[in-house]
Amino acid sequence: MSVVNNIEDGEIDIVIGALHSDLRPFMSAWKSIFSRYHLIIVKDPDLKDDLQIPEGLSFKIDIYTKSHIDKVVGSSTSIAFSGYSCKYFGFLVSRKKYIVSIDDDCVPVKDADSFLIDPVAQHLRNLATPATPFFFNTLYDPYRNGADFVRGYPFSLRSGITCALSCGLWLNLADLDAPTQALKPEKRNSRYVDAVMTVPARVMMPISGINIAFNRELVGPALCPALRLTGEGKVRWETMEDIWSGMCVKVVCDHLGLGVKSGLPYVWRNDRGDAIESLKKEWEGVKLMEEVVPWFQSMVLSRTATKAEDCVAEMAKRVKEQLGGSDPGFGRAAEAMMDWVELWKKVGSGPSPV
Amino acid sequence: MAGFSAAVKPTPILKDELDIVIPTIRNLDFLEMWRPFFEGYHLIIVQDGDPSKTIKVPEGFDYELYNRNDINRILGPKASCISFKDSACRCFGFMVSKKKYIYTIDDDCFVAKDPTGAQINALEQHIKNLLSPSTPHFFNTLYDPYREGADFVRGYPFSLREGVATAVSHGLWMNIPDYDAPTQLVKPLERNTRYVDAVMTIPKGTLFPMCGMNLAFNRELVGPALYFGLMGDGQPIGRYDDMWAGWCVKVICDHMGWGIKTGLPYIWHSKASNPFVNLKKEYKGIFWQEEIIPFFQSVKISKDATSVQKCYIELSKEVKEKLGKVDPYFDKLADAMVTWIEAWDELNPSSAEKTAANGTAKAK
Repeated sequence: MSVVNNIEDGEIDIVIGALHSDLRPFMSAWKSIFSRYHLIIVKDPDLKDDLQIPEGLSFKIDIYTKSHIDKVVGSSTSIAFSGYSCKYFGFLVSRKKYIVSIDDDCVPVKDADSFLIDPVAQHLRNLATPATPFFFNTLYDPYRNGADFVRGYPFSLRSGITCALSCGLWLNLADLDAPTQALKPEKRNSRYVDAVMTVPARVMMPISGINIAFNRELVGPALCPALRLTGEGKVRWETMEDIWSGMCVKVVCDHLGLGVKSGLPYVWRNDRGDAIESLKKEWEGVKLMEEVVPWFQSMVLSRTATKAEDCVAEMAKRVKEQLGGSDPGFGRAAEAMMDWVELWKKVGSGPSPV
Repeated sequence: MAGFSAAVKPTPILKDELDIVIPTIRNLDFLEMWRPFFEGYHLIIVQDGDPSKTIKVPEGFDYELYNRNDINRILGPKASCISFKDSACRCFGFMVSKKKYIYTIDDDCFVAKDPTGAQINALEQHIKNLLSPSTPHFFNTLYDPYREGADFVRGYPFSLREGVATAVSHGLWMNIPDYDAPTQLVKPLERNTRYVDAVMTIPKGTLFPMCGMNLAFNRELVGPALYFGLMGDGQPIGRYDDMWAGWCVKVICDHMGWGIKTGLPYIWHSKASNPFVNLKKEYKGIFWQEEIIPFFQSVKISKDATSVQKCYIELSKEVKEKLGKVDPYFDKLADAMVTWIEAWDELNPSSAEKTAANGTAKAK
């Protein structure tokens, strides 16, 4: 079957940021699910060892490393594509309509019969069916089999709008912050919530980069590698880049009339790292979040911003003007956002730059 | 997986602080199934329809029962705000209760089972929902962070992690889903078989369709906002009572800084009402809600409205002014909203003068 929900396999890129050099366990775990798609693997430029990929795989993979990044982006940019931010390079050079991106320490979830649950198919279903951000449906996604809009849901809002972003969840090691995980080091997420829902318009949320999919044509430029912690590390507890990027994307989606869904699919996230170790580094991110949430919540973009890149450019200016003074990290984020928009304009479309 | 977990605190039962309000026109046999969970709680039964009919209440339940004659006697001319021949009359039960919390349930709702086959104690889950905070200001992707096994995710601002008071807990239904008539007609066989193991806060600024079949709320906080409108006999509309209450209470909760949760618990909804009858009742509502929703989405309550009653009176003025032009019904409804608040305040004078709640049966 090469078409799921009117999306052809050829319209999809799976983008993986490789923060580990040995990708053999990862690729074996995902082989049956990923094999029909084109894969982009971007190696963290800070990773010294060569990537190890299993032999004889039948899928089409493009691997990009530091040299590709340097060639395309050059050295004059303020964007750092290291660590988890390396996947943004994959988003940039992809030429497909949809992107699914999963962290390299995640594997598929097994159902009660030990079959692998395919998160890619679920992400695509989420993106292919409308979102309903203007009114909350108490039976969650009305387009799912066996569900519908409930009594009291206005009929004029039942056709929904295009879903541009699908945010999945995680079993086992949930995406908690370091202080929370450090308090309960044994805590693991075992609750499988069988729902997808649209996050209502103008509602802010923490969008985790661990398990997401998006319509690159519509919102590609809005996922931007901008906010870097000074102590940014190689575990999610030591980053905020996706949270910042997610706030930008949500504002852009709300402004452009696009939907964001959250819930299924789940991936199984392997144990990694030490939350207590990461505590020190993450505090910076925690403090920054306190400032930016009210700021994002009150953001209203101008009517002339009708495309994602225009929205990002406008937001970047405001970050510089309104947040730049309170922390140099914001000033740098603004620069990175502006560079990202320029980069996107230059090499985000047309013939592949790599 | 590590079996490490802190000892779970038992949920308070709140037997003396919670009333169960049940509107009915037929019988209360369904209470037999709920006996293990409801026994010990005080019931307020609001008998709709013919007051000369006797409603049999199963043995062993402590209850008070009100029929139309009682409503007329107690409220006098203000009884006009309470619907007749419609389950909307249940809000009379909210008004006469003296308890802090209310759980209201329809008489065709039974105990559901969770995926393990265990019976679901819906009341206990509602109490858990009401006693733990809500988080309307920022969406938590792992749903209710206060639930055992859940938490706030990375990126959730710490300053928002205390949450706000929970005013309403909206439960869901297995089996017959709460669909409107057109959907019922198109999908007569659809049953809700999906157990979604989540409770979540409906974000601030977002409206939702509140169903009154399986609903609990903090009466002390928002009781006056849970007026179920003018429905049924002599009215041009039905099956929008809970919807109306839901839109009003959400706007007021957003204004007052309280939260509304939805999700668990599930009950088993056994009866599918006749879709043709429903269509006649809902018909006007389907058109009117297209005007009503934008109204509620944009209505502003002034800073001076510092009590729920004041918010509600303000809302009633807005309804009269902005929805009155949609149909004269809204004029009447706006007046009824005021009557409701007057009746509420009459029956519920300030707490200093309130008499202690008692559990004696006041059945006729």
